[in-house]
Amino acid sequence: MQVLKDLLRSPAGALALLMLLATLLATLLTPLLSPYDAFALDFGNALQPPSAAHWFGTDNFGRDIFTRVMAGAVYDLRLALICVFGPMAFGVLIGLVSGFFGGRVDAALMRLTDIVWAFPFYVLVLAIVGVLGPSEANLYIAFFLVNWIGYARIVRGETLLIGRLEFIEATRVLRFGKPRIMLRHILPNAVTPALVYSMSDVVLTVQAVAALSFFGLGVQPPAPEWGLLIVESIDYMREAPWMTLFPGLAIVWIGIAFSLLGEGLSVALKPKG
Amino acid sequence: MIQVIFKRLLMLVPVLIGITLIGFLLLQVMPGDAAERAMGTRASAEELAEMRRLWGLDLPIWQQYLLFLRDCLTGSFGVSIFHKKAVITLVAERLPFTLGIVALSTLIALVIALPFASLAAVRRGRPADHAIRQIFVALIAVPPFWLSYVLILWLSLRLGWFPTGGVGEGLAENLYRLFLPSLVVGLSTAALIQQTLRAALIDTMKADYVDTARAKGLRRHEIFLRHVMPNSLISTISIIGVRVSWIIGGTVVVEKIFSVPGLGSLLIDAIVSRDLPVIRGLTVFFAIMVVIVNLITDILYALADPRVRLE
Repeated sequence: MQVLKDLLRSPAGALALLMLLATLLATLLTPLLSPYDAFALDFGNALQPPSAAHWFGTDNFGRDIFTRVMAGAVYDLRLALICVFGPMAFGVLIGLVSGFFGGRVDAALMRLTDIVWAFPFYVLVLAIVGVLGPSEANLYIAFFLVNWIGYARIVRGETLLIGRLEFIEATRVLRFGKPRIMLRHILPNAVTPALVYSMSDVVLTVQAVAALSFFGLGVQPPAPEWGLLIVESIDYMREAPWMTLFPGLAIVWIGIAFSLLGEGLSVALKPKG
Repeated sequence: MIQVIFKRLLMLVPVLIGITLIGFLLLQVMPGDAAERAMGTRASAEELAEMRRLWGLDLPIWQQYLLFLRDCLTGSFGVSIFHKKAVITLVAERLPFTLGIVALSTLIALVIALPFASLAAVRRGRPADHAIRQIFVALIAVPPFWLSYVLILWLSLRLGWFPTGGVGEGLAENLYRLFLPSLVVGLSTAALIQQTLRAALIDTMKADYVDTARAKGLRRHEIFLRHVMPNSLISTISIIGVRVSWIIGGTVVVEKIFSVPGLGSLLIDAIVSRDLPVIRGLTVFFAIMVVIVNLITDILYALADPRVRLE
């Protein structure tokens, strides 16, 4: 609760929460805001420019783009959040164990992350999806295999630093069990920078998820995923630029919101005193 | 110095072995029979058997890995099923375009980031600094593949300033044609460089020798340009080195969109045509490229910074 208060006090954090709240409301209230169906075809109204009836215009099948972009928000946010916070949970755990126990396991793990780190993110994700075959499930697998590394490295470094501090020394003197020291005393402190990092990770993952669908390697049509909306718009780019514009702006909007949230969190989570 | 380089080279050996191992495992986790996946359902039993023999798929797994390692060491990186050529031959044809985008985009990023980072550092905490930060926050939020199309729509189709894609003959023609894809990659790199450089500049401005320079009576912009900027750029170079993996990854997306026949297009085409040896060889090649660039930036950093050089 205190974090939320601090977050609301920072301009970036407050704006971010406002933007995300607006997105959530707009997504939930889409049935009230627009009378259209995200999938129903209406050829009589194809390629209409933005107007009072169709805020973002219509696509080549006459579908309302506002409705489709809003339906896409559900897809893209779900995908991005799972692809970030799933691997994050795993990476944090690995980093914590690695940093706390040290020794050979730690050394081996850090070599492994060094090696995976050498592969460009897009190349590795594309290659994994390419080998497994394009589908939503394989998209999750690819991101899980790649995304945990950053968190493991961050949390390991923090755990090493915090482990040397006096209050951890005190827990050792008090003969607290190792799991208790790790989970109750180190984890809450070590996870902060990982959380801030995860916000910029969401920004990049939203883009990467859309990019994979864009190349036909992620979510499959006719889902109203933003990357798919953009790829479907390319052939009509000249006569109906709104088809390309609005799904992209949705990605930008979400990106800005999470960037600001990260900025706000880094202020709100800073130790006080 | 030579010792430092030698030590770094020696440290590369396990990393390179690890990279080939991951590239190898990539195809091992593939569901189903590799030969069938590669050849499609129309292949005859003889063709599949030939494929398995050619690829060594009938060998024990550790021998398969040694075969792949041999391919990497001899420099072929495997043989493409689709092109019937060594992967390295395909890479050699396309590498100049990818390196061109990497170089040009880094240049564009520096040209954009340098003035903004300087202004933000000098006006630290003031409205100009905040405004610049917000601009770059927005810039990071723009997905490159979408930005590519917006630029094509605006600068190519509407204004006709640039071609919509492809490459041409000669250096000047290609620099012109690679400008838009490089701009897309460069803008996201610029955001990274701007943040790092601003922090480095602010750090450097607090150094004792800057006070000394001021006490000597040097003018402010002289101090900034002759002392603060060069020293801050050195630490920024090492950041670019770390981020080069991101820059190279970014080229994959724009190459496909702007029809640049580089390594990224090769990778995506290989994925679409299920050319597994190319996917594997290329993935490994990309990682090796990153490792080499990191090595070069480390050495440059050591050469530029006497504290590292003398260690």
